[in-house]
Amino acid sequence: MKKLLERLHNGEILVADGAMGTMLFQRGLKSGECPEGMNLSRSFILEDIARLYLDAGADIIQTNTFGGSPLKLASYSLEDKAALINRNAVSAVKKVVAGKAYVSASCGPCGKILKPYGDTDPEDIYESFEIQMQAFAESGCDVICIETMMDLGEMLLALKAAKKKAPGIPVMATMTYDPTPKGFFTIMGDTIEKAAHTLEEAGADVVGSNCGNGIENMIRIAREYRKHTILPLIIQSNAGLPLLENGELVYPETPEFMAMKAKELVDAGVSIIGGCCGTTPEHIRAIKKALGSNLSS
Amino acid sequence: MELLKQISFNLQNGFDEAVAELTKEAVEKQIPPDEIMNNGLIAGMNIVGEKFKNHEIFLPDVLLAARAMNRAMEVLKPLLIKDGIPVRGKVVIGSVKDDLHDIGKNLVAILLKGAGFEVIDLGNDVPAEKFISVAAEENAHVIGMSALLTTTMPVMKKVVDMAKDEGLYGKVKIMVGGAPVSKEFAKEIGADAYSYDGANAVETIESFFREDS
Ligand code: B1M
Repeated sequence: MKKLLERLHNGEILVADGAMGTMLFQRGLKSGECPEGMNLSRSFILEDIARLYLDAGADIIQTNTFGGSPLKLASYSLEDKAALINRNAVSAVKKVVAGKAYVSASCGPCGKILKPYGDTDPEDIYESFEIQMQAFAESGCDVICIETMMDLGEMLLALKAAKKKAPGIPVMATMTYDPTPKGFFTIMGDTIEKAAHTLEEAGADVVGSNCGNGIENMIRIAREYRKHTILPLIIQSNAGLPLLENGELVYPETPEFMAMKAKELVDAGVSIIGGCCGTTPEHIRAIKKALGSNLSS
Repeated sequence: MELLKQISFNLQNGFDEAVAELTKEAVEKQIPPDEIMNNGLIAGMNIVGEKFKNHEIFLPDVLLAARAMNRAMEVLKPLLIKDGIPVRGKVVIGSVKDDLHDIGKNLVAILLKGAGFEVIDLGNDVPAEKFISVAAEENAHVIGMSALLTTTMPVMKKVVDMAKDEGLYGKVKIMVGGAPVSKEFAKEIGADAYSYDGANAVETIESFFREDS
């Protein structure tokens, strides 16, 4: 398989996978249970999910390691198993995709707020990310995706840890923005312009946004990124904000709707399009189909 | 009055040292503690909340203001209790399972303490079982739950259902709050009340006690 970055720089459009959490719940994860805990004893479930997204046409498949940094695992007393949890997740996806798709190791926020706004020392967060990145490097993922970051400060710590412990593995860095009447901001007040410049400077290989508030906002976010960086862009939108209907969570955006909008993402200059909360293999299949003419294989 | 304005101003800017010092000064000047709290601290926090809603400021500023508020409350709390505001009831409060948002919940807890309630704060990410077991052990009057995510709201229903199973329902009042939560949702799941902010939470709990007596 060609190197991921080479394909992106050649102007190829790739499709990434969709949500992980809901898939885990459907397969027995209990509310309150650690999602990454499944990596220890039930990696067949991870394989199952990877296969569904691979069959749906995803070129990039994420690992179940979003909350796999020791600091985050500590809330389930699983911090000592961090290396194993992360390695197992990469291995499971690797086994399924067998070179037909890229394995993207997911890294999410540590769940703590940095001093002085919160109570956690940046050094502690950095060390925690180092452990996760080291495990990614050892297990041989194709790319690392640091995602759903809302604090550029925390993002930079994770990015630095990735570059130190997994040199040579490309890093995708995606932040989550809220729309406001004054434009898009992360919860901590970072703008897209600031993120684009800062991440590019810090060595990110691909930048973008994930989760968020629906795919239409993502089109605006992508356009804004394009103004401020020449790096390839990745967008992994949620299927809108969830609604609670009769006690059931419902995500409003259908596969057809998101697929239609995915074309606009390509027009805005996005190279990798995937899903986040509320998206399913059906969403990914529809997006892949809609982008058919843009994709080269 | 000038002093209280200074407290509010410094709180809005997150200067926790200054807020603590000014609060001590106000106490020394014999300004009643509840007046310091309401016209200094809460007045400042209300402005912070308003600016945050209007996207004029962001989370870091809110967090620093909340920290300043906490510092000042450490100064005031012993006085508020000594001041003869009796302990009016016990409230077990927390953000529900899988919900890490606790800024709003913390503000509600501060105001409840300030109003003389004993508050047992279970923190965030609190499992349904924990709300129930602590409320039972502590003979609490109220369970207060906060949720900021649509995905965690169902935990509130779980707590109500468990309260029914454990025979606590009706004995312990259940109050819910948080941005995505509504009066209708509270009614739908069988909670006793919904409240939309800290001051309203105080009023709501006070109304529980009026109903009882
Ligand atoms: C018991 O009785 C009561 C009575 C009244 C009660 C009560 C209980 N609880 C609250 N009240 C009431 O009184 C309080 C005082 O007036 C009020 O409390 P509030 O909490 O409403 O108000 C606070 C004073 C200030 N408001 C807040 O503190 C929430 C602010 C926003 C910016 C927010 C924050 C701060 C955070 N977040 Co998050 N976050 C957002 C929020 C977006 C926004 N602009 O509002 C929201 C809530 N977050 C969201 C999301 C999705 C997420 N967040 C996440 C993480 C975080 C941070 C950790 C970064 C941080 C929390 C830090 C912390 N320690 O609390 C992630 C989830 C983490 C988790 N598992 O919980 C993540 C999944 C990440 C993401 N994709 O964005 C969205 C929820 C969407 C939804 N409806 O489901 C969100 C609306 C942002 C958005 N527009 O997408 C009242 O509601």
